Amino acid sequence: MIANTPLLPTTLAEVQDAVRSLSRVVVAGHGTKSALSSGANLSMSRLQGIMEYDPGEFTFTAWAGTPIAEVRTMLAKNGQYLPFDPPMTQLGATLGGTVAAGLSGSGRLRFGGVRDFLLGVRLVSGEGRVVYGGGKVVKNAAGFDIPKLMVGSLGQYGVMVEMTFKVFPQPESFSTVAFDFANTAAAVDGLLAVASSQAEPACLDFEPPYRLWVRLGGMSAAADARIARIQQLLETRHELFRGDEEAALWRGVGEFEWLPKGYRLVKLPLVPQQIVPLENVLGQIGVLVPRRYGVAGNVAWLGWPDDAPESRLGELCEELRRPAVAITGRWERKMWGSDSQHPFANRIRRVFDPENKLS
Amino acid sequence: MAIPPPTASPPRTEFLAALSKVFPAERLMTGAAQIAPYESDGLTVFRSRPTAIVLPESQEEVIAAVRICHRFQVPFMARGSGTSLSGGSVPIADGLVIALNRMTRVLRYDARQRLAVVEPGVINVKVSQLASPDQLLFAPDPSSGPVCTIGGNVAFNSGGAHCLKYGMTSNHVLGMKVVLPDGEVCDLGSDSLESAGPDLVGMFIGCEGLFGIALEITLRLLPKPAVYYTLEAAYDSLEKAGDAVSLVVASGLLPGALEIMDRLAMDAADAAVGAGYPSDAKAILIVELEGTPEEVEAEKPRLTQIIDQSGAYRYRVAKDADERLAIWTGRKCAFSAVGRLSSDFIVQDGVVPRSKLGQALKEISRLSDTYHLRVANVFHAGDGNLHPLIMFDGRVQGELEKAEELAAEILNYCIQLGGSITGEHGVGLEKRGFMPAMFGEADIEFMHLLRRAVDPLELANRGKMLPDAEAPALTQHGAHPLEKAGIISRE
Repeated sequence: MIANTPLLPTTLAEVQDAVRSLSRVVVAGHGTKSALSSGANLSMSRLQGIMEYDPGEFTFTAWAGTPIAEVRTMLAKNGQYLPFDPPMTQLGATLGGTVAAGLSGSGRLRFGGVRDFLLGVRLVSGEGRVVYGGGKVVKNAAGFDIPKLMVGSLGQYGVMVEMTFKVFPQPESFSTVAFDFANTAAAVDGLLAVASSQAEPACLDFEPPYRLWVRLGGMSAAADARIARIQQLLETRHELFRGDEEAALWRGVGEFEWLPKGYRLVKLPLVPQQIVPLENVLGQIGVLVPRRYGVAGNVAWLGWPDDAPESRLGELCEELRRPAVAITGRWERKMWGSDSQHPFANRIRRVFDPENKLS
Repeated sequence: MAIPPPTASPPRTEFLAALSKVFPAERLMTGAAQIAPYESDGLTVFRSRPTAIVLPESQEEVIAAVRICHRFQVPFMARGSGTSLSGGSVPIADGLVIALNRMTRVLRYDARQRLAVVEPGVINVKVSQLASPDQLLFAPDPSSGPVCTIGGNVAFNSGGAHCLKYGMTSNHVLGMKVVLPDGEVCDLGSDSLESAGPDLVGMFIGCEGLFGIALEITLRLLPKPAVYYTLEAAYDSLEKAGDAVSLVVASGLLPGALEIMDRLAMDAADAAVGAGYPSDAKAILIVELEGTPEEVEAEKPRLTQIIDQSGAYRYRVAKDADERLAIWTGRKCAFSAVGRLSSDFIVQDGVVPRSKLGQALKEISRLSDTYHLRVANVFHAGDGNLHPLIMFDGRVQGELEKAEELAAEILNYCIQLGGSITGEHGVGLEKRGFMPAMFGEADIEFMHLLRRAVDPLELANRGKMLPDAEAPALTQHGAHPLEKAGIISRE
């Protein structure tokens, strides 16, 4: 297959046929995570649509190629949402791509990430077998938790075809307070204080140089008092956002609008204590790296310049002792700092992909 | 389909000699009297005799025990407090029990980063107790929390009363160090909430011991809700209470807990701890709102309105922490309390879609009449997770089998409604036979392949979760000793 004419299966059986016919399988949904889907020869874009949705169950089942924007619209009509704020939805991100890339947005903080909302999955293994794991109810402990394994699997453990998610009731309203600090250390202290408090923020992002974003979701009647409580806790210069302006702000974050042209997006999981050292390194690296920290300092989103060496990023991962994954742009590799010889992963992967053809 | 693993009868003397080089005599038990307490778990109808029990005190000793088992091809089972309700910690006949109760160190506690790294023998509630001064908690709260261990929670992906909002154990573990069944050690996950690469932590959790043993576990801690608002509504029928759950959920509220108890369960709990449940109700619904004071205050009127609409003929609200505790103590002890009504009972753990709760409860009641066996219901209504508790008299010939049959009908009905055979107790020994009803043949074969890829000799907790494995026969032994003492309960 050549990369610009991917196979376009429209049924589960056609996915099986496609996987069996290819010697190497690179899957794409809508292609928003270009670093992961470049050279795709199997497109899931024709396998889209909601299969089951009963608002009373807080669950829905859909084809893997379903655009999340479509899911969002459907859920919003019933006052529900995916609390982990799946990113890049306006760009066209699909359910399958979001799971395979293991991407959650800022809202991951409050109720968990994509891993915590995926309940069941039907996939096609490297041999063309159809495998179902998990279930369609919100609570289920039967069998191995294959849906979890799919999160962040980058297509290496199977081609996901159908999935069931848990959803939550959408908060009545959101408000956001942005706090400005004098230096990075003070901002991180503020971040940790909010994260450990009983304020229950929906999102808690740090935007260098010194700005902390706190988003609160819940009953409109409670908003003022909750905002006041956060202001008391942090006691620094701040700005309040509400309504459409507030919603647009977080939409922009989820779509990575802050990432300028000429930069490639990288996801780097870390812990909040690593923010200060990482900021120091990035300040001395000699290239500008636009960035933002999400989920109370548990992930760094880095914009790596197209012309900056990839090896420097690998070194950075080694220094931090954290893996990172490429999301957009062209790269030599997809991940850095991960253990390619992991004994548990390798044993399991042999079952999902005995011929080692899933990229 | 399944290829039986090589089971050459192990040279027991040499195997024990190898163990004795690692474990002093007082921590390597082979005598019948020493072994007896380990022969069974929270599901007392199964019993089996292991060849020996070791009590490791360090990760190195656990690894050494696993490697010796691998060398001699002796199956092993790791065990915590043995509270499994699915027979998950019933020993493998002639295998080794690796009892982790002495692995109780907290290796790291970081309130700022909101995490704790613990060994597998640490007791569930100890984690929340440790974190309590910093206003943090470990969310999974199975009823056996005061005795069950984190290692067991990990192996069976334990739940509790707060899964609707917070999920199960898997949603609160960030990383682990594990020993695979051949003695190889590896790390899964990390101490960050986020990850890159496949979610190996999630894949390991809930494996029922088949993938190996967790040696240390990094737990995510959550800030405690600032306030609770616990409401108990009384209904004149169980179905009405079941239907009320859908109303609460549809209202847009996300309560921390939504629990139902029926008359029989209330009677038992009242007799045991004097919970003070309404004496004339056929069922009660417990709803707990939690969060910031302002948020809970704003949610109260909406909840009250729904409860009024739902046909509750009365409700009360816990006025203080003591009253809240009374409501929850009654709920959490309900199953051990049922031991007062019947010395023998089995508890099921099926899940149904929430909107079919009323229907499922009606069917359970019909089956109870048909079989002439009393069934009490105490369950996690918000998750659609039923816990029908089937009472029988084990001294009456054939009654155990009848109870099993009734339990099977309930599980099959759950599957028919699109649910699951287990919400939180796991498959264990008990529900292996139901796996084919829930999963296709190919899916189960795939699970066998996964298991054999990780553990070609099928040494780790052999006979659990996957169907068509050998298992001890059913026997009748009444309540677990700890259960009789009211220490553990079958939630």
